[in-house]
Formats: sequence, C-alpha cells, structure tokens
Amino acid sequence: MEKTQNNKAWFLVLPVLVLVAFSAVLPLMTVVNYSVNDTFGNNEFFWTGLEWFEEMVTSDRLWDAFGRQMLFSGIILLIQIPLGIFIALNMPKSGFWASFCLVLMALPLLIPFNVVGTIWQIFGRVDIGLLGHTLAAMGIDYNYTNDPLDAWITVVVMDVWHWTSLVALLCYAGLQSIPQAYYQAARIDQATRWSVFRYIELPKMKGVLLIAILLRFMDSFMIYTEPFVVTGGGPGSATTFLSIDLAKMATGQFDLGPAAAFSLMYFLVILLISWVFYTVMVNMDREDAK
Amino acid sequence: MSRITLSNLAHSYLANPASDADFALKQMDHVWDDGGAYALLGASGCGKTTLLNIISGLVRPSQGRVLFGDRDVTDAETSARNIAQVFQFPVVYDTMTVRDNLAFPLRNRGMDAAYIARRVDQIARMIGMEDRLNRKARGLTADAKQKISLGRGMVREDVNAILFDEPLTVIDPHMKWELRTQLKDLHREFGHTMIYVTHDQTEALTFAQKVVVMHEGRVVQMGTPEELFETPAHTFVGYFIGSPGMNLLDAEITGSEAHLQGVSVPLGAVYGPTTGRTQIGIRPDYVTVSDEGLPFTVKRVEDVGRHRIVRAEFQGQPLSAILPEGSSVPADPRLGFAAGKINVYADDWRVQPTTVPGGA
Repeated sequence: MEKTQNNKAWFLVLPVLVLVAFSAVLPLMTVVNYSVNDTFGNNEFFWTGLEWFEEMVTSDRLWDAFGRQMLFSGIILLIQIPLGIFIALNMPKSGFWASFCLVLMALPLLIPFNVVGTIWQIFGRVDIGLLGHTLAAMGIDYNYTNDPLDAWITVVVMDVWHWTSLVALLCYAGLQSIPQAYYQAARIDQATRWSVFRYIELPKMKGVLLIAILLRFMDSFMIYTEPFVVTGGGPGSATTFLSIDLAKMATGQFDLGPAAAFSLMYFLVILLISWVFYTVMVNMDREDAK
Repeated sequence: MSRITLSNLAHSYLANPASDADFALKQMDHVWDDGGAYALLGASGCGKTTLLNIISGLVRPSQGRVLFGDRDVTDAETSARNIAQVFQFPVVYDTMTVRDNLAFPLRNRGMDAAYIARRVDQIARMIGMEDRLNRKARGLTADAKQKISLGRGMVREDVNAILFDEPLTVIDPHMKWELRTQLKDLHREFGHTMIYVTHDQTEALTFAQKVVVMHEGRVVQMGTPEELFETPAHTFVGYFIGSPGMNLLDAEITGSEAHLQGVSVPLGAVYGPTTGRTQIGIRPDYVTVSDEGLPFTVKRVEDVGRHRIVRAEFQGQPLSAILPEGSSVPADPRLGFAAGKINVYADDWRVQPTTVPGGA
C-alpha cells in the first residue's frame, strides 16, 4: 500500500525551536562571538581568532581553579553518595516516621541557594555564629575567613548538608521498589547483612544511584552561589571554583573575551564528562544483561 | 534434619486480634515427621503461606511454639534455622552468574570450594541448567529463574526442611511434571522433610505421602491421598479433593439409615444421634446410574475423556455422578449410592460411626 508522505508534523516542533533559539542558542552564540573577538565597548570588535582560548588553556589561574573544582566535586561525591545510601538504608520503610523523615530530608532541598549560603555564613562566624562561636569556645582555632582549610571544610560541610538529602531520597525510592521476597530469600539463604546490600540492594539501587552521581557531579561542578556567599572565593583564592573565577573574570574584571573562551571550555568539559559518564552507565547496563 | 512440631500455634496479622476471624491461622497443634514428604493443600488465602513462613521464621507466630526436634526455635532467626524455602515467584540475585546463585547458600555457610563446585554441578544437572552456569542470572526467562530458585533451595544437604510455596506456578506444564518428579527423587535420595504448598490437588496428590488440607486458617485433615478421598474429615476436603467434588445432601440420620425427604438410604454403619446441620457425603465415583433406584433429573452429561460426568439434580439439590467408560444413561435413569462409601457430616465435620458391621 502506498503511504502518504506528509512531513507537516515537523512544524509542530517550531515553537520549541524558536524558544530554545532565543533562550539558549542565541546567547551561546554571543558568547562564541566574544570568545573570538576583542572589544573595548561601543560594539566595536576586533578579530582575535583563538588567542583567548590559547591564553586560557595556558593560564595557571584557570588550571588552579579547575584543580580545586575537581577536588571539590570528588570530595563531595565521596561523602554524599555513601552517606546518602547509609541514610536511605536506615530510614523507616513505612508509617508515620517514614513520612516524617521524608519531609525532614526534603527541607534542605527547598531552601534557595543564596539563603543556604547566608545560613552557613552566619552559622560559621566566630563572633555571632552558633557553630563558629561554639568551636571557638571549645578552644578550636576555627575561622573560615582566614584559614583556607577551615573555609574548605565549611563549604564542603554546607554542600553535604544541602545535597545529601537528594542522594538519600533517590536511594530510598530505589530501595522501596525491592520486593519483600528478595529479603526473605536472603534470610533463607543465610546471607549476611553485607551480602544483602551487595547482591540485592546495591544492584537494585544502581539505576537511581547513577542518576544521583551524575546530578551531584554536574551540580557541584557548576557550584557558585553558596561558596560565593560564604567565602566569596577566599581566603585568597582558596575556594575560588570555576564558576566563581569565571564570574570574577567576566563581571569583575570585565575581561569578556577570555571569560567567553573560558566559559565555552567549561561547558565542553561538563558536556564531555557527562557524556563519558552516560556512556559508561549504558554500557554497564548492557553488559549486565548478557 | 529433625521433626518439626507446631505447638498451640496461632497467628494474626493484627496487633490485637479480637475474634476468631482476626486470625489468619487458628490455634493448632501439628507434627511434621522427620523425612516426610507433605503437601499443604488449600484454597488461596487459607493460611498456607503464613504457616510456611512461620516454620521458616519469616513470620513470628502471635502465640504458640515452633520446635525443631527438641529445640525451641520460635524466637530463632530464619538464618539460624537452616531451612530452605522456595517462593511462588522467582528470586534470583541478578548480578550473579547462575553458578554463583546456586553456590550462594553454601558459601554463606562457609563450605569448602571443592565441595561447592561438586554440589553446584550436581544441582545444575538436576534442574537442566549445566550449560548456562556461567551466564548472568539477569535476563533469563521466568521459568529458568524459578529453576535457579529451586536449585538454591535444594543445594544445601544438611537443611532441616525444604519448604516449597507453590513453586511451579510460573513453570510450563511439561517442565512442571519433570521437576516434580525430580523433587520426589530428591526426597527419596536425601530424605529431607519437604512441605509443598499448593492449591492444585493433582500436584499435592502426586508429590506427597501425606496431604495436609487447610481451610480458613485451620488444618482440617492430614492423611494419605486415599484417606482424603475415602473419608474426608470435613466437607471442604470432600469437595476440594476429587473432580468433581463430593456430593453433599441434607439428611436426617437414625441408626444405620439416612432419611432424605422421605427416602431412606442405608449407610452401611450405625451412627449415634447427630446435632447441627446434618449431611451425607458421597463421591460421584460411588453414585451409580442405572434403571433401578431413586428417581432424579439429569441436567447434562460432560465427556472428560476417560469417563463421563453426569450433572444432575436430586430432590432439588445438585448432584454429580461418574459414568464409567462404556456405560450410558438409560432412558428412565435412577440412581443408587454404594452403602459403605457414604460419610455423615454434622456442621461440616465428619461423624464417626459407632459400629461398623463386620465385612461391610
């Protein structure tokens, strides 16, 4: 039978296309434009080619920020993922306390980022903050505005406080979907607690866990607001992560060319890492099915 | 291996059971002999699975004790009971290979590797999966997974009992027969106590030496398939076992005769006075259809292959009779009851005759 060829349905995609063009593609193209030109205002542009990119790739400042960024994302993943799993495993499975825990866990996720920053900024202050003052009273030399290590600890603890809930909630959802029969079979087979986790809970949680890792990686890699509010990237540049550095460069120093080149590379790095991660995920899935 | 005693046992899923109806298992005393092959038969929801889970320790009974031999295990964890259980739906460890799945219970007991390898090969041969031992369990068909579950249930030689909870539901009919035969062989070879839950009477009768029939949370009868057929202790056993089930007719009993709306039927035994609703029960196999006897109405005749079933009405009550191969329904059909094969029930429970005439 002859099929009618009618591709008019493509027009239905048009509104989305227009919307995305205005909201993402065009702004991105502006950035591309800045990255290959030099400008002194007045909309006058001078072609520079890849100069800005070369400058950025060889910039120590950028590599330092990149190093700090990787370290930060690594640390928070190492803390939040195991901690999230641990919390999910120990949450009540049903009843009033289950709902109570869920609400409690969701609270940090509902707080706006800059408020989280403000909370910790004040919480950690030695003069009026509960945490800072208590630590000082205990004789611990803690001051996140002077000491790079204290600043790091504060930023990491704040991120753990803010985001571990997300990991825990995702894992909890994964755990809840495991049929009771699996636990019963494990008891019959005399499996240890560890075996139950290793062979039942972890495999069943794998899907949500990979999503949690991906989300947490991307989010932490782009972190800006909270550390900016707490430490402003300091002391010195100890907590200047990529976003903070980028903002300093673009709006602080008004180096639009280098900042544009920087942000394009930043974007590509995130894209690349996410793609690698996604591919690994899908391959693991396929291998398992063999 | 040991004898399993359920003493004064009852279970309710409610925290504060008020009446008898709140109990999933009514109070019972029951003994499972060491090395017996039992079938636990009953309609869905009658408490079979609950009883099984209490034996394996997955459920703690609300009252009573569970004893393995002389050891009280009521409060013992499942893992401490060393018991195997196969569930209705397959449970496999997805990320493990078939081999690791089968070896899992042995590894958890810390058996040595050489023994595990030998035992796993043996079990794999039994369930017909020796060619797939090295593949991941994930992605196998439901019946392959269930075979792994069965294999995991049978892999330990020193278990106190093996419990099967309708294990062949997802297996296709041909394989069902084969696996059931293998379970019987296994029982003969190793002498494990086996309790096999099912609601399929054929499965129960072919598997077990003793069949335990449950009804509404009670064990109503335990006996050989023959006992269940000839002398059902409860009307439920009567109609649940046999195809079609036992005919039950309201009657009044005096001595050795039953009176059915003016018609007297000899019982072949003498009964004392009965109380409550009195019925006589007779298997369709023992109802004869000929041109002599009591009048009745034939509704229809079903051909089931080896014999035919006459569906009829007798004194306004439904009645079935089995017509042997080769015979036919006469023009003016009458029915007769084989005297020694009639059981008497008062309020659904079988009444023992006071005397049985010699040679009957």
